[in-house]
Amino acid sequence: MLTWLDANLVSILNGLAIGSLLFILAVGLSLVFGMMDVLNLAHGALFLAGAYLGHLFVGQQAGWASFAGALGVAAVIGALAGGGLSVMTEPLAHRSHLDQALLTLGVALVVAELLSIAFGNDVQSVAAPPGLDGSTVVLGSTYPVYRLVLIGIGALLAVAVHVVIERTRLGLLVRAAVADREMVSALGVDERRVKAAVFGIGSALAMVAGVLGGPIYGARPGLDSTVLILALVVVVIGGLGSVRGALIGALVIGQVESLGRVLLADLASFVLFGALALVLVLRPQGLFGARAQART
Amino acid sequence: MTPRTTADAAPPSATAAPEPPRRLLRAAPMAATVVLLAAAPLFLAPYATTTLSRILVFALLAASLDLLVGITGLPSLGHAAYFGVGAYAAGWITIHLTPAVPVPLLAGAAFGGVAAAATGWFAVRSAGVFFLMLTLAIGEIVRQVAQSWDSVTGGSNGLYGIDLPSVAGAPLGNVGLLHWYVLAGAVLGYAVLRAVAASPFGAVLRGIRDNEPRMRALGYRPYGYKLAAFVIAGSVAGVAGALLAAQQRLVTPSDLGFTTAALALLAVVIGGAGTLWGPCLGAAVVVLVRDALGPTLDGHGPLLLGVVFIAVVYLLPRGAAGVRLRRGPGREQSEQEPT
Amino acid sequence: MTPMLDGTGLRREFGALAAVDGVDLAVEPGARHAVIGPNGAGKSTLLRLLSGTMRPTAGRVRLDGRDITRLAEASRARLGMAQTFQHSSLFGSMTARENVTLAAQRHGGHPAWPLPRSQRGVAVAVGELLEQVGLATRAGIAAGELSHGQRRQLELAVALACRPRILLLDEPAAGMSAAESARFAGLIEALPARLTVIFVEHDLDLVFRLAGHVTVLHLGRVLLSGPPDRIRGDPAVQEAYLGTRDREQLFIEPGGADVAAGT
Repeated sequence: MLTWLDANLVSILNGLAIGSLLFILAVGLSLVFGMMDVLNLAHGALFLAGAYLGHLFVGQQAGWASFAGALGVAAVIGALAGGGLSVMTEPLAHRSHLDQALLTLGVALVVAELLSIAFGNDVQSVAAPPGLDGSTVVLGSTYPVYRLVLIGIGALLAVAVHVVIERTRLGLLVRAAVADREMVSALGVDERRVKAAVFGIGSALAMVAGVLGGPIYGARPGLDSTVLILALVVVVIGGLGSVRGALIGALVIGQVESLGRVLLADLASFVLFGALALVLVLRPQGLFGARAQART
Repeated sequence: MTPRTTADAAPPSATAAPEPPRRLLRAAPMAATVVLLAAAPLFLAPYATTTLSRILVFALLAASLDLLVGITGLPSLGHAAYFGVGAYAAGWITIHLTPAVPVPLLAGAAFGGVAAAATGWFAVRSAGVFFLMLTLAIGEIVRQVAQSWDSVTGGSNGLYGIDLPSVAGAPLGNVGLLHWYVLAGAVLGYAVLRAVAASPFGAVLRGIRDNEPRMRALGYRPYGYKLAAFVIAGSVAGVAGALLAAQQRLVTPSDLGFTTAALALLAVVIGGAGTLWGPCLGAAVVVLVRDALGPTLDGHGPLLLGVVFIAVVYLLPRGAAGVRLRRGPGREQSEQEPT
Repeated sequence: MTPMLDGTGLRREFGALAAVDGVDLAVEPGARHAVIGPNGAGKSTLLRLLSGTMRPTAGRVRLDGRDITRLAEASRARLGMAQTFQHSSLFGSMTARENVTLAAQRHGGHPAWPLPRSQRGVAVAVGELLEQVGLATRAGIAAGELSHGQRRQLELAVALACRPRILLLDEPAAGMSAAESARFAGLIEALPARLTVIFVEHDLDLVFRLAGHVTVLHLGRVLLSGPPDRIRGDPAVQEAYLGTRDREQLFIEPGGADVAAGT
């Protein structure tokens, strides 16, 4: 057991780092999804935009200022983009889910193509800030410091999101909206503003995740759909609109992506798929689903 | 008029079924279309004929997707997976077993159907956004499998060197013959979809689309019907895939990727969901536009696709799944709130 | 005699609220059983518990002596329970005939047949049903384009096409004109005597014309159950409708006001 752990420690840590990133990405998707029944397929494109933003700011010569700048700008642009998406999906509120999906899909395609026109088709790397770009020894294995920090940031954000959702008025409204959408308007709150706020926060987190993921994944065309699918799987596994579900789902999928790929090589995609199918069969509403999945 | 009881015998209604001549009349445009398509290689240049073949392949994919989107009300974002599975299966069997004609087609149908059954049994349990998400995820995972399973699929290079299909030992060695083969397969697949849509089973599918809870109240168990529709659509998509393998002689992971699925959905949406023939026309438009504009856009076709999607959503007054929401009030009222 | 449909201790909670709170209900075979009560009394919820659209939080439902509490709605429909809904919920894009055919082919046709075929017996039965409810001339019109009253008639035809032993009607005459309502009453009266009918209705004239037995619900409980004459004169029922004792529960509506006017 110990030797197994020793041999796979790096993979497990990688899984945690990926899980951290996925949580930051998926929590916004899950809340928008759970609250408003909007499937935001542009979420992956926002991540990618964040990654390119990181590349633009940081490039090869990493500095703390530029990295922090990238994070700040990503949060602002992300929030604005989320607000924009919220406004764009507003006229479709009473249309079918397909319409909303097509719209956000259209946005995703446009954003991804514009990025690839601007930055080309090569992988653009993003360096970690100085001091975090080296390696350290964890239980006898060498491991990049930046990924450890990422795990820490993921944990911090998880706590932060939890506090916002459980302790603040916005969080109360979000929880209420997830449980019963009509109730929020009944409380005399402008539902559209809650939606725009959640959309904005979720999108900001997606872009921030893109910046944070830059030193690991770089920025390249196609990354948007890869992370979108992973985030979708996380949301399905975790359950609609559940912060805890998003966290657990992200940790599970992080390990599937990392440890699964090492242990099972080619079969990792099947494992991802199997995990998805298994959860859906055993718990159709997801592990922590606040609401049973829509039966239209 | 005095009401009567069920016990009373009443004469059968005079307008019970369409008269045979009307039915013939209705089949006439389709027969003419087939004749025209069959004659095309006789007066079209080879390149144009090839384009027509490609349209036929894509039209069959779009029509099979329409059975799900327009008729059953299951908006799938991952339908290209079954198209691709059929294409890979047919391609592999052509290379390793035989290119003799019905075999690759049957392989495409079988593998497309099996793949749809293997994924559909849990996908169709869900509805709404969940179904969209699941089909998207399934499609993407299948693509990843195609990309990483080198020994069978050829990885990201794709499966190449697929032999021409052969009839009685003779390969279909020119564009015209190949076009006829594709046409025959497409007509066959389309006929299956048409027949399913016009059957009592098809009526049940439309009932599920319009009002699933009400179907349960009538004694139907929608799950089985939805799964069957999913498998039939997957199987026909597999046939389309087999035709693609024969026509293109190369299958790559992008053929079952998200862009293909999105293009098929676009064809359904602009052609008119629920009509089966509309998506075929939509497919023609999509293929022609993609071929015409593809080179000028320098590989950034998806940009155009994205703009079209956004435009379609805002411009189509009834929404993308037009049929589904055609009578909006009925659907809204079907949501039941406790009193 | 075994009741045709029998609910015991039925309870259904929505969060902290019990919409149906321990209801016992026995419906005799061939009965015309009305369920009345002010808005929010739990009538529709009770009907849904009986039909299987909703699962009860507690309690049992028996059909002809058989426990069907755990049976899904579709299974109950196959045992002969048909229902119409409060809000007309038909298949909007299909014609009236197609709507009825969909129900009829499930109970005597070939619903899973994947190739075109004429279902002769079904077509005949559908023609008869449309004739019976007075929609023979509207058979080719899409259900979504029928008038409200016609849609209610179609609802009934769809339910009857399920060859029911029990018919559950949720406010079948809601929104009908007086003439349509009278016609509808005639339709119900002409149904075979062996068919059991349970209906929720606000129009008390209709209730007292049709029902042989009336159950009054109030705040999720049975206030009173008995023959119409007893219900009509009971002070507790009037109180429930008019809320003279408790102003906060005052939910009067046209049907409710009729009680006062009628006595």
